[in-house]
Amino acid sequence: MASTIRVRATSSGDITEVQVLIQHPMDSGFVKDAKGEIIPPHFIQQLTFEYDGKPVFVADWGGGVSKDPYVKFAFKGGKKGDDLKVSWVDNKGATDTTTAKIV
Amino acid sequence: MNPMENGISRRLLLRGAGLVALVGLGIRFGLAPALAAAGDKYPEEAFKQKSGTDAIKLLYGKTAEASDKVKLDAPEIAENGSVVPVAVSTTLADVSSIAFLVSDNPNALVASYKIPAGTVPGVANRIKMAKTSNVIAVVEAGGKLYSATKEVKVTVGGCGG
Repeated sequence: MASTIRVRATSSGDITEVQVLIQHPMDSGFVKDAKGEIIPPHFIQQLTFEYDGKPVFVADWGGGVSKDPYVKFAFKGGKKGDDLKVSWVDNKGATDTTTAKIV
Repeated sequence: MNPMENGISRRLLLRGAGLVALVGLGIRFGLAPALAAAGDKYPEEAFKQKSGTDAIKLLYGKTAEASDKVKLDAPEIAENGSVVPVAVSTTLADVSSIAFLVSDNPNALVASYKIPAGTVPGVANRIKMAKTSNVIAVVEAGGKLYSATKEVKVTVGGCGG
């Protein structure tokens, strides 16, 4: 299966800028469907970025993050060609992980 | 049943009840912030709070003061409340955490980010807004909490149809 995670990590000087886009419904549990029934909550709770075996950024999310979430941040010390590991877990226990090369 | 066994089971039962009571108390008074501060655990209770003040208290165990060193980028008007781009950056040093809250959402806390040393203290993301509301960015720096607030007008809400 194709990964739900699309990540772009670009190194410039000392700084690596990371942008990620994830396919996920991010249902908050407050929205009703066309029949008027509540769509049960289904959202990513934790998203982790690891570089060189250490977390460089950890996101804790609630149902208020938009569908197909996007996040951008930057960290110091990433090198071109190195791996950045991205993984998420949602409130139903589903997970996905990918590894991206820093360019 | 012999009396000994009976005694043990009763004691166990009592101890169990005590534990339940303790856990219940802990969640209300201060155990949850300690857990949230401990690191990787997902702060479930904070995300369930209706009010932003309660969510901040559970997350950090303290209150935030407004600071012009926290820069919150958010639109004046969001045409679509289900996708509102917001970003925060700060000139504060020693930042360990950044959080986003929407005062009038059903659950105020939207996202909370851990910023390890070496990571640039800034983040951009997209959030949902049920209606026109204040967006609050909270930055934890040097063990203190700072915040910036901006009202975003929403023409079409992103929660509830």
